Amino acid sequence: MSYIRKPAFQHPNLPKNEIGLTRRDYEGAMSTLCAGCGHDSVSAAIIEACYALGVEPHRLAKLSGIGCSSKTPTYFLSKSHGFNSVHGRMPSIATGASMANTGLKYIGVSGDGDSASIGLGQFAHAIRRQVNMLYIIENNGTYGLTKGQFSATNDRASVGRKGQKNQFDPIDICSLAIQLGASFVARGFSGDKAQLVPLIESGMAHEGFALIDVVSPCVTFNNHLGSTKSFDFVREHNNAVMATDFVPAREQIHAEYDKGEAVDVQLHDDCTIRLRKLDDDYDPTDRASALKYLADHHDRGEVVTGLLHVDTGIENLRDKAQLVDQPLNELVERDLVPSQALLDEVNQRRRW
Amino acid sequence: MNVQRPLGMRPTDIEDPQFFHKIVDCQWACPTHTPVPEYIRLIAQRRYTEAYLINWYSNVFPGVLGRTCDRPCEPACRRGRVEDKPVAICRLKRVAADNADSIDAYMPEIPAEKNGKRVVCVGGGPASLTVARDLLPLGYHVTVIERDKQSGGMMRSQIPSFRLPDRVLDEEVDRILDMGVEHRVGESVSSMKALLDEEYDAVFVGTGAPRGRDIDVPGRKEAAANIHVGIEWLMSVSFDHLDAVGKRVIVLGGGNTAMDCCRTAKRIGGEDVKVIVRSPRETMKASPWEIEDAEGEDVDIWNNHVPLEFVHEDGRLTGMRFEKVRAEYDADGKRSLVPTGEEPVLVPCDDVLVAIGQDNAFPWIERDIGIDFNRWDLPDVDPVTMQSNNKRIFFGGDAAFGPENIIRAVSHGHHAAISIDLYCQGKDLTDRPPPQHNLISQKMGMHQWSYHNSVSEVDRHIVPHAEKGIALKDLHLEVELGFDEQLGFDEAMRCLNCDVQTVFTGPKCIECDACVDICPVDCLNFIANGEEQDLRERVRVPATNTEQDLYVSDGLPTGRVMVKDEDLCLHCGLCAERCPTNAWDMQKFTYIEAQARDTWRP
Ligand SMILES: Cc1cc2nc3c(=O)[nH]c(=O)nc-3n(C[C@H](O)[C@H](O)[C@H](O)COP(=O)(O)OP(=O)(O)OC[C@H]3O[C@@H](n4cnc5c(N)ncnc54)[C@H](O)[C@@H]3O)c2cc1C
Ligand SMILES: Cc1ncc(C[n+]2csc(CCOP(=O)(O)OP(=O)(O)O)c2C)c(N)n1
Ligand code: SF4
Ligand code: SF4
Ligand code: SF4
Ligand SMILES: [Mg+2]
Repeated sequence: MSYIRKPAFQHPNLPKNEIGLTRRDYEGAMSTLCAGCGHDSVSAAIIEACYALGVEPHRLAKLSGIGCSSKTPTYFLSKSHGFNSVHGRMPSIATGASMANTGLKYIGVSGDGDSASIGLGQFAHAIRRQVNMLYIIENNGTYGLTKGQFSATNDRASVGRKGQKNQFDPIDICSLAIQLGASFVARGFSGDKAQLVPLIESGMAHEGFALIDVVSPCVTFNNHLGSTKSFDFVREHNNAVMATDFVPAREQIHAEYDKGEAVDVQLHDDCTIRLRKLDDDYDPTDRASALKYLADHHDRGEVVTGLLHVDTGIENLRDKAQLVDQPLNELVERDLVPSQALLDEVNQRRRW
Repeated sequence: MNVQRPLGMRPTDIEDPQFFHKIVDCQWACPTHTPVPEYIRLIAQRRYTEAYLINWYSNVFPGVLGRTCDRPCEPACRRGRVEDKPVAICRLKRVAADNADSIDAYMPEIPAEKNGKRVVCVGGGPASLTVARDLLPLGYHVTVIERDKQSGGMMRSQIPSFRLPDRVLDEEVDRILDMGVEHRVGESVSSMKALLDEEYDAVFVGTGAPRGRDIDVPGRKEAAANIHVGIEWLMSVSFDHLDAVGKRVIVLGGGNTAMDCCRTAKRIGGEDVKVIVRSPRETMKASPWEIEDAEGEDVDIWNNHVPLEFVHEDGRLTGMRFEKVRAEYDADGKRSLVPTGEEPVLVPCDDVLVAIGQDNAFPWIERDIGIDFNRWDLPDVDPVTMQSNNKRIFFGGDAAFGPENIIRAVSHGHHAAISIDLYCQGKDLTDRPPPQHNLISQKMGMHQWSYHNSVSEVDRHIVPHAEKGIALKDLHLEVELGFDEQLGFDEAMRCLNCDVQTVFTGPKCIECDACVDICPVDCLNFIANGEEQDLRERVRVPATNTEQDLYVSDGLPTGRVMVKDEDLCLHCGLCAERCPTNAWDMQKFTYIEAQARDTWRP
């Protein structure tokens, strides 16, 4: 852990975004994670994406559970709202918050332990309900914070740091999310920001539940030879099926592309996700074939990355609940209490 | 079509000492390459004597220079690119000098038995004194011939004592004389031929640029009694030949001499003192801090006024007339001063000081003794060896290439001493001694370094001045009080330790990006290689300052290279702290410029 504060000096030519902030205005406190932890790169990617989207920090809330991964919201967007919940319980906090205040964007940050073990139930229901949020799992195949036990996402073939064998088959977070009906499912790698940043931008622009499973190596407990969540393994076995570009609304007019290659997915607010297939066999709109592809390629030891599934037609939780557009905490008595005339009318209807 | 990707930049050769030397911006800019950050750290540790010795080794006159140096290091200081103001390097040098204990015990030993070679230095300014200091420890017999009663050169005759007290100058000049110089004072050399006949093995000419330029406008002759050439006037004041001036004084010229003239005039009777300059303020030659100090003493500075004539009555100066102009620039950026057409301005005055430049003059050097003179009547001198076409005669300081400053004179002295030594030993002058350098890791613990890597964000501290009312009454009272220990410490902490280098070991890197993410000034990149210009455009923040190098690694496993833009690195060490594999390490780079056969080191 560094004992010094990050100097406030920044590059004088650092560009500013549309609301006049630099990338550094989206930073948080100095990380206390191990040097080189993949999670810090994910934080940097979130910072980059929020900067590029011109997010107003006070219009965003960061939610997390428990784990090294769940500590990271402290390390980005220090001017945003935050809630650090109990282990595995971030989805219920996110569900409540996202319903109560529709005026904020929600980023949940969790770990493979937090979401695929203790919090699996809550995780599943957040997907099933289509909570409006971006849910990022920083997946390192281990419980980093508690010193390196196998997690539920660790591959059967992946041995522990001291050579211990893993006896259980893994839960594949992306397959699970597709099965449960998530409308946006992607996998990234902390060591590839060029791929990860547009995925985060797209996930934040998506209305509904967006999941990004980020393979994020634990340099201390799971980055050894024989681990399938190490930097080296992921680099060697990365099978990127989709190249994703995020095209914000303001750039729509200039966006040129070769129609034959790219498929555009229109998001709300005129943003677009531009997908280029890197493997012709992959179809991100067809759940069944996507699931089969993921299973087959996992068996071959590959790590399939990119935007794996997207469906903008699915009704999200706010739509389902027919929520008013206004955040609930902004509703005043007049909005909430029916007038005497209306009450009388209702009462009249009940009389018989 | 077969498009070939450019191979790109070659990996940086960090074995070449000049790569890291250049990153130490201040040391690189210093003509004598003083190890600045090293002495600043010592000041912060209150190890003033060591800080002084490091300076003394490189620049010979730390107490003098801590007050008067032209400080080329400060505009170069990285801190000036990171924030507004550079570290007050020059004033920190004075902190070392003010607080150092006696250094007598650490002085180089002077051999009792001489090496049989005799060297003479003409003029006792900083250039000659440096030659003497460098050669005496090697066993040379060194003679210094000085026209004035004491050595010191313009440090004594020109720089006013309210900027440089005599005791400070005496201490540093005497230290060299006491090393065993044969000191011939009050003797003006009037013939080089005669000097050569004295059969010295080598002659060093350090006679400065002693001729002040005069002005030729109507009335000059008639009003001569009250018109003075600046450097001659300053010398008269320094040597107590003159102690008064009229109440209304005009100083002509916009350089440092003009600033010393006006401030001196303020102290010996001048009440209404104006500096009147032909050109616009932006192009004035004086250092910004000298202008600031003059204005602080209520001197008016008028720009864009060209002298037309001296006005006089009955042979007495009554004023000066000026034409108002404005600067215009043609397509090539060449400036001309164009009259505005307004009425000429009459400025009444009692005395005029002409400080419009200095020239070299060598009336005492015969033109048939093998020294070639160029069309500005300057001798042909090799800029590296300082040797003239007469192989036995060397030049340095203002005498070599025209008026410059003390630190440049000292640098010339070191170079000349190396050459004189090689020459007297019958060696090749182009085979010069290399600098000494090394790199040492500063790692002390997981995230602990043997330097203070936390970056101070405080603004540059201002040097306290003596109260104006008192200072202006006393010609000899030093105006700047210098930093006290606390201010010195606070200012020292602003130094970014640019000599503690980020050293990259490619084979250790796992390309986790941790260093890229933490770097506060976005120096670091892992990108595909390319030609320099291409890389400069593709890094996180375009590297537009081409005076600062890119540090490029060999190819990494992903095929990319590490590219670091050295321009704004804070040397905070966070990259090395966040690196899981120690691929980055913070290593102190020591660079010691060569001097004549080093027999001694601080
Ligand atoms: C007013 C003024 C202010 C200055 N202020 C600063 C300042 O603040 N900081 C700075 O860095 N520089 C300053 N300078 C410049 C600086 O003083 C000179 O650049 C520097 O002193 C040059 O050193 P030198 O060894 O070449 O010669 P000098 O210092 O000029 O010394 C030459 C010596 O040679 C002697 N001499 C000359 N001819 C003969 C001869 N024929 N025989 C015997 N002796 C002879 C002279 O008497 C003199 O003592 C200033 C200059 C002036 C004029
Ligand atoms: C209710 C509860 N049970 C157990 C723990 C202990 N615990 C803390 S973090 C953690 C696992 C974290 O793993 P993961 O979510 O993968 O985070 P990582 O540290 O790997 O990023 C566990 C089991 C706890 N804090 N609370
Ligand atoms: S233990 Fe692992 S997951 Fe936790 S901070 Fe260290 S490297 Fe990251
Ligand atoms: S020392 Fe490292 S982290 Fe600090 S500014 Fe320099 S490159 Fe960046
Ligand atoms: S932190 Fe170290 S290992 Fe990681 S990319 Fe930087 S140099 Fe390489
Ligand atoms: Mg984990």
